[in-house]
Amino acid sequence: MSTSASSPAAAAIAPMIAMEGVEKWYGTFKALTDINLTVRPGEKIVLCGPSGSGKSTLIRCINHLETYEKGRIVVDGVLLDNNPKTIDVVRREVGMVFQQFNLFPHLTVLQNCTLAPMRSRGLARDAAEATARRLLGRVKILDQADKYPAQLSGGQQQRVAIARALCMEPKAMLFDEPTSALDPEMVKEVLDTMIGLAKDGMTMICVTHEMGFARQVADRVIFMSEGAIVEEGPPAEFFQNPRHQRTKKFLGEILPRY
Amino acid sequence: MSYTFDFTPVINGFPTLLLGCIGTLWLALSGMTLAIVIGIGGVVLRDSHIKPLRWLVIAFVELIRNTPFLVQIYFIFFALPFMGIRLNPTPTAIIALGVNGGAYAIEIIRGGVQSINKGQLEAGRALGLRKGQVFRLIVLKPALRAIFPSLASQFILLTLTTSIASAVAAYELTSVAKLIENESFRSFEVYGTITIMYLVMSWMMMNFLNFMSRRYLSYPVK
Repeated sequence: MSTSASSPAAAAIAPMIAMEGVEKWYGTFKALTDINLTVRPGEKIVLCGPSGSGKSTLIRCINHLETYEKGRIVVDGVLLDNNPKTIDVVRREVGMVFQQFNLFPHLTVLQNCTLAPMRSRGLARDAAEATARRLLGRVKILDQADKYPAQLSGGQQQRVAIARALCMEPKAMLFDEPTSALDPEMVKEVLDTMIGLAKDGMTMICVTHEMGFARQVADRVIFMSEGAIVEEGPPAEFFQNPRHQRTKKFLGEILPRY
Repeated sequence: MSYTFDFTPVINGFPTLLLGCIGTLWLALSGMTLAIVIGIGGVVLRDSHIKPLRWLVIAFVELIRNTPFLVQIYFIFFALPFMGIRLNPTPTAIIALGVNGGAYAIEIIRGGVQSINKGQLEAGRALGLRKGQVFRLIVLKPALRAIFPSLASQFILLTLTTSIASAVAAYELTSVAKLIENESFRSFEVYGTITIMYLVMSWMMMNFLNFMSRRYLSYPVK
């Protein structure tokens, strides 16, 4: 499906995700303004900004949970338009982890992980279960495979949600405030899982206020305000010398907590 | 009060009454099955993006819920033959019960579907599942679980409503009882007996529904 260029070198630098001039409106409210963002394969991006600044909306556009009115989004060479087929292709390539986990309560952990690979990718049960067990092992929760989501802690649920997304063998992962709904003592286990994933070379866009995670993992930190990208840079530079007043103010409010 | 009880006709007719009970349970279970199918199908159409389908379902629900069941069953039995559709009493009763129960089931199940957190749909869609798959695989079971008590009481009502099918002489308990009463004039004994029989059948049905719910709709929740 990819419009990969002829030479391997060109393919290597083709962006995993490209957003060009993306704008989104909720009625008369402009939620995203002229978003330009290119994410290379293997790159880790942390999106931060005050609530209502459009971070979640931005990443939700990438797998078309939100529509956008202007501009274009290309994911792994596939132009994301309103065609349901294209949308499904992109969704199979891009995993998403939600703030509220959104595990399916009526399915066991293992079934949560095999549902989409079997129904959407058409994998046989054996293959899907083998992949699921491998990835549940990777997020260190294989021993809970036959439990139901309600029987797990928040941190465990979120790790299952990560494994569930990985079971589709996505090329990129979107994290929408994955630790915001967790009790403080469970934040670390989820962040550690994400750090492991980052080390293995996954392309990641994370909306998070965990600035320690950003420092450790991000290639770029992006600051958004009022639906626009205000500032971006490598974490060292971003945290040391924020250029914009709004960035400074935001960091001033958020950093003392860490 | 110089009435002398005489249960002889009831005792002699007991095997027939038991067959009537089986007829009643058959009508109830068939009607429920049809009602579930109509209920779930109706919800899908009711929330489809094709407007005429949505209107059709709304009109159907309004029509059925705002007209008497007796008229509905008479319509199927006496009016449809003029349109060339001729049905025997028992199929008539099953269809009437299923259609009537289905209209109520649509509204009940729809409430359950709407109670499902939007995040569930988004998680399913984000995993590349199609809309229909999301409904079938993710939404349906938790939705049915959520509304099970309402649906169960609707189905108990449906079980009792089978007695109205005696109006078209469908094979069920009330019809059988009427015959025995007509021959013996032992109204008190006959209707007293079937009252208890209905009570037992309702109770059995409730147990059956609870069993089905435990078997197919249960999973741990917080």
